[in-house]
Amino acid sequence: MWSWVAHRITGVLVFFFLFAHVLDTALVRVSPSSYNEVIEVYKSPIVNLLEVGLVAAVLFHALNGIRIILIDFWESGPKYQKQMLYIELVLFVVLLVPAAYRMLLHTAETLFGSAT
Amino acid sequence: MATTAVPAERGAPELATPRSPRRRTKPGAAKARSNFELYAWVFMRISGLLLFFLVLGHLFIMNVLDGGVQRVNFGFVAGRWASPFWRTWDLVMLLLAELHGTNGLRTVINDYAERAQTRFWLKMLLYTSAFLVVTLGTLVIFTFDPDL
Repeated sequence: MWSWVAHRITGVLVFFFLFAHVLDTALVRVSPSSYNEVIEVYKSPIVNLLEVGLVAAVLFHALNGIRIILIDFWESGPKYQKQMLYIELVLFVVLLVPAAYRMLLHTAETLFGSAT
Repeated sequence: MATTAVPAERGAPELATPRSPRRRTKPGAAKARSNFELYAWVFMRISGLLLFFLVLGHLFIMNVLDGGVQRVNFGFVAGRWASPFWRTWDLVMLLLAELHGTNGLRTVINDYAERAQTRFWLKMLLYTSAFLVVTLGTLVIFTFDPDL
């Protein structure tokens, strides 16, 4: 039940981001400087944290979507839906943690310089 | 179909197969049915599977690989879009994601907006925004000029 709610919420969030993202990318058709200016916003620490949230939302929606497909089309899918949810959550953490680490590291290095 | 109707002698009502087209008219009357919801259901699963690779790949390249978002600028986009492969990737991803998302929000609106008028206008707003995003995004990918 809660995974169904989370699937909806993450789906709606990603949809609204897509709207904004197509508009900001469209600035490449206006001028290089206006595009670069808006992309600078994505590089700021606070917005970078929001991007980690976006990646988390997309990753959950993607993994849960695969689980839904398996429940619908795999004959044993409904039987193993709970086990698949646990696998999904493990994959979610295992994939998200290194991705988030790298994302935040890039931003930290830009702010404070590389550690090496 | 694996599911057969409940035998009539038990007196139970006959149940339609899940996701079979809804009857909008009395049985036997003139047909006014469509399989749109079935096709939408199938589309969500096919596009979802493709988007799994397209979107997660996009997020990985843009946010995690090399310098992540810190290295993205006009020159970076120009370098990527010099290749037909990435232009095709982005175009397919844009179209599938927008349609997948629009159908998802259509479902959400149908579920939660209770008044028919509210549902209608929210969906008009949704379809207008989808048309705008698809048109603008496609135009940008096709008319991109690296020497701007």
